[in-house]
Amino acid sequence: MRPFTYARAATEDEAVAACTDGAAYLGGGTNLVDLMRLGVAEPARLVDVAHLGHDRIERRADGGLRIGAAVTNGDLAADRTVRAEFPLLAQAVLAGASGQIRNLATVGGNLLQRTRCAYFQDVTKPCNKREPGSGCPAREGEHRNLAILGHSAGCVATHPSDMAVALAALDAEVRVRGREGTRTIPFGDLHRLPGTAPERDTCLEPGDLITAVEVPPLRMPSRFRKARERASFAFALVSIAAALRTDVPGGTVTDVRIALGGVAHRPWRARRAEERLRGARASGEAFLRAAEAELEAAEPLRDNGYKVPLARNLIVRTLSGLVAP
Amino acid sequence: MPRIRVEVDGSSYEDDVEPRLLLVHYLRDRLGKVGTPVGCDTTNCGACTVLMDGLSVKSCSVLAVQADGREVTTVEGLRAGHPMQRAFHEEHALQCGYCTPGMIMASIDLLRENADPSEDEIRDGLEGNLCRCTGYQNIVRAVRRAATEMRRPASEEVTS
Repeated sequence: MRPFTYARAATEDEAVAACTDGAAYLGGGTNLVDLMRLGVAEPARLVDVAHLGHDRIERRADGGLRIGAAVTNGDLAADRTVRAEFPLLAQAVLAGASGQIRNLATVGGNLLQRTRCAYFQDVTKPCNKREPGSGCPAREGEHRNLAILGHSAGCVATHPSDMAVALAALDAEVRVRGREGTRTIPFGDLHRLPGTAPERDTCLEPGDLITAVEVPPLRMPSRFRKARERASFAFALVSIAAALRTDVPGGTVTDVRIALGGVAHRPWRARRAEERLRGARASGEAFLRAAEAELEAAEPLRDNGYKVPLARNLIVRTLSGLVAP
Repeated sequence: MPRIRVEVDGSSYEDDVEPRLLLVHYLRDRLGKVGTPVGCDTTNCGACTVLMDGLSVKSCSVLAVQADGREVTTVEGLRAGHPMQRAFHEEHALQCGYCTPGMIMASIDLLRENADPSEDEIRDGLEGNLCRCTGYQNIVRAVRRAATEMRRPASEEVTS
């Protein structure tokens, strides 16, 4: 690992002031330290933001939650309110990594983790995300696990987070403290598609610090499911976070949220499918048509075409389970 | 160089460390606590698992500076004849033994969350620990046995 300096911030002000160019924030470090060991990340300074008091989950006046950025994945998944009222979020967190990693990993860091594309993690290979302009060997190479939606000529990486898929479905917002003050970013605007700048995963600017995630109340049945190559400790091939409400059992869909993971450079909110379903009768046939409408935009690569039917079937099965649990 | 204060296995230490020093190397090379092995060295296998403030972490991917102000327990810090250690012995839950310290520490954390885990819950709870000898059957049995013992009231333990 390249040498670096270390500063522990006691306040947000201190953290932002210390995060000068070339510095990186340290939450739990479960991804960053790995990337530093691989030589993929080489920050000149780490600013430890684990001690800013952002480690609480608070109830909002509207019944939603404000989740501090330094809350660990383990604490989030164990929280009674999260389990009872936002089961898709607890399920998504528990589907990720292992106990040891969840004990350390933080909500803020989870959102900012980098892709596990093998070329990105291998400094001997070209990668436009790691080294802009060097090329993307994944497009013609090993891409079984990579994107089918929204990719570009320069990058076919996927976002690895399970938690982020649930937060996308929850219409969450991200509180950010930056050099110019604080602001709130709708969750769907946080992560980018790769386009011509795959080195940028998010819309955040240098110095920006995620301080909390705001989650509005859900009040409808929800579920997270993850298809992967083995039963545990593996990234998603395709995952889904969904919630559905009907006026009467088996009746008309009054509200629906669908987000997919493992298919794109960011958590993929399936807006087209949602539009199809709103006001429609909740049925397997309707779910299938909605899934197909969403996946019309899919552009699978040579070896990941399997993700299209996998995503379609996950949408249908998950929504069907929500109307007839 | 940052100075850290850490309590390891009941003793306090104060040391200047390089920021890039990993916790596992601090424990092994500075404190001589070689009971915690380095396994895969890539956060996968879990052999280096220790408890930090009671929660299991993989010490090969934690910086020593992150342990500042915290309490670390390694396999060496378990009291002699800890029920988990005894159960691993009695159920032959080790072959080459390389994964054992990590398995024991992760299993202790598992029982903290769930005092009476089923076989499936144990397999799920130990998803971050790999045994290259594939001795999982006996590991699961050992955790079940330790769980039973650890749930027993202390008074019974004394008389048994």
